[in-house]
Amino acid sequence: MAIIKGLLGWLEDRTGLGGAVKPILDHKVPYTNWKNGWWYVLGSAVLVAFSIQVITGIALSTSYVSSAADAYESLKFITEEMTFGSFLRGMHFWGGSAMVLLVGAHALHVFIVGAFKFPREVNWLSGVVLFFATLGMGFTGQLLRWDQTAFWSVIVGADQAARTPFIGESLAKFVMAGNTVGGATLSRFFAYHVFFIPGIIFLFIGLHLFLVIRNGISEPPQRGEAVDPKTYRQRYHDMLEKTGVPFWPDAAWRDAVGAIIVVLGVVGLAIFLGPPALEAPPDPTQLSVYPRPDWYLLWYFSVLALIPPKAEPYVILGGPGLAVVLMFILPLVANKGERSPLRRPWAMGFVLLLVIMISTLWITGLVSPWSPNLTTKPIDPAVFKASTAQVQTGAKLFYDKGCQYCHAIEVNGVAAGPTDAASPGSPRLVGGARGPNLSSVGSRLTKEQIVVRILNGGNAMPQFGTLLKPDELDALVAFMESRTYAKDGKQGQGQGLEISSADQKK
Amino acid sequence: MKQDYENTNQELLTSGHHPGPLPTDVRDRHVWDDTPEAINRRKFLTQLSMALGGLTGVALVVPVAAFIVAPLFKQTPILWRPVGALTTFKAGETVQVSFEDSSPVAWAGITAKTAAWLRRVNDTEFICFAVNCSHLGCPVTWLPGARLFMCPCHGGVYYEDGRVAAGPPPQRLFTYKTRITNGQVEVEATGVPIPTE
Repeated sequence: MAIIKGLLGWLEDRTGLGGAVKPILDHKVPYTNWKNGWWYVLGSAVLVAFSIQVITGIALSTSYVSSAADAYESLKFITEEMTFGSFLRGMHFWGGSAMVLLVGAHALHVFIVGAFKFPREVNWLSGVVLFFATLGMGFTGQLLRWDQTAFWSVIVGADQAARTPFIGESLAKFVMAGNTVGGATLSRFFAYHVFFIPGIIFLFIGLHLFLVIRNGISEPPQRGEAVDPKTYRQRYHDMLEKTGVPFWPDAAWRDAVGAIIVVLGVVGLAIFLGPPALEAPPDPTQLSVYPRPDWYLLWYFSVLALIPPKAEPYVILGGPGLAVVLMFILPLVANKGERSPLRRPWAMGFVLLLVIMISTLWITGLVSPWSPNLTTKPIDPAVFKASTAQVQTGAKLFYDKGCQYCHAIEVNGVAAGPTDAASPGSPRLVGGARGPNLSSVGSRLTKEQIVVRILNGGNAMPQFGTLLKPDELDALVAFMESRTYAKDGKQGQGQGLEISSADQKK
Repeated sequence: MKQDYENTNQELLTSGHHPGPLPTDVRDRHVWDDTPEAINRRKFLTQLSMALGGLTGVALVVPVAAFIVAPLFKQTPILWRPVGALTTFKAGETVQVSFEDSSPVAWAGITAKTAAWLRRVNDTEFICFAVNCSHLGCPVTWLPGARLFMCPCHGGVYYEDGRVAAGPPPQRLFTYKTRITNGQVEVEATGVPIPTE
């Protein structure tokens, strides 16, 4: 015992580390109670998630090969052959998911309680950098999976960058590291994911934590206690003197609870749900793909699908650009005044709007009704119990002419098989959900309306006028007219514009 | 300025950061030499250090930045790549072909290839569509029955001549140049088309 004490004493004398850390542990933080104290855990929880990422990421990097030819096979090897390989990939995926989720929650909480105001403006600004760096890690991380979706995601990313005025083409080439997605692309994304962005994250976490200590953690907001840069620091200081508590352990114990919850949650998800499945290899000649981002960017995928094409040049760049600008100017223009959410109705309205917007877009993204169902299979025309040969021909044309990729149709009580992703849980509907459900179109539209729609198309529908021979058109129209189900009460879907995913689910 | 240094040192001495007593020369150092010569000397040394630091930075940053940005400016030769013998294509048919990129790196593996939709228009004429949708680059599929190209991502549709039929694409399908050399159909491998509108 005496020896250990002597050794520690020697170390402390020569390094002074204990003396340097102790003031940090002892520094006073505002008193928080059971009701408002737990929110302060969010920030440290992000740090915990990041630590999981660093540790599991380093482990995975020992076996991952960042070569376009071999990355996929090395991932397969990690997943299938290596001890704890699948588990570690699961940890890394769910740890990343937790980090995205928690960094969002942390930012939202800081916004809600107005903690970005004086004197913590730079705390917020450094947090904004960390927020976008985290999203960048999410995007580049998905690409390192280097499967089919990853391959096409690079192209989608490059095409978005290409919308930038003047330097668009150069940016796109920069993203792909050349004219095509190939050998040079992956090694770059690997470097971004494991060196560049983590380097930025480490730097800014350092700054962020330094500022948390220097400016003090914000106190729970009180109604009527407006922030005035002239008096705030003195008031904060007096408050700490009077009611403050030492950070360790009075506040830190909650962080410890938060940390273990995050770690156990990530471990649990890694065990029970595992890592995201590897899709087909990144073969550019395999075109039956359905590229989509991982869940944390799915809502943005929806934005790109749902905005009117005319608005796209502005939204694709302006949207993220506006988000960056708003987040950066926020603490500079609104650093004074009330912090309490109860006294900031506009800010809270904005939060509500944001949450509703993102969750709606996210749920829509899960269904993706705008994506044609290219895996739908032809239906045996006999299923439709056609009265005439013409209707039978029409039913066949419904598939052959591509109608079924976008339009769902009910097949009389016959299960259509599991391939119809657009209508999960309702095997009686086959086809896509991009256009209106045509199961009862015969009772909604007249023959003339059907003909006009088919020939002229709509915003999301091609003009089939030149694609159908007269007898084909007649057969298709006859088939449409025969689709008359009284029980489908949905009216007004015949505009060819609506996305009728809700109907698909019923 | 002098006052600040003194305070800092005083704080260090009393705040407990240094458990041991400081040597006397350190404790006395806060009495600066304030003669004009000393001030000039300090000014010179400051400028010298900053200049050297800047030079060091430039020496490190220039080659690194050049290395990273170079692919942007590198002019790679665009090659014609064979996609099959002339006789294998039937007039009026649209088939998927693939060809090697113009300058793939040795470790590109399977990603060195590019796919395209090739249609033989008549005896001598071919048209080769890029698979990339002009919206965001997802691969379009040719539907022979409907004679349409369809994109799986956001439902962009193109007529057989590449015109936009429906959906969000801002412009027609990109085409690669084709030619016939020694009975082989060749495609100009210009890479992933980048929408410029």
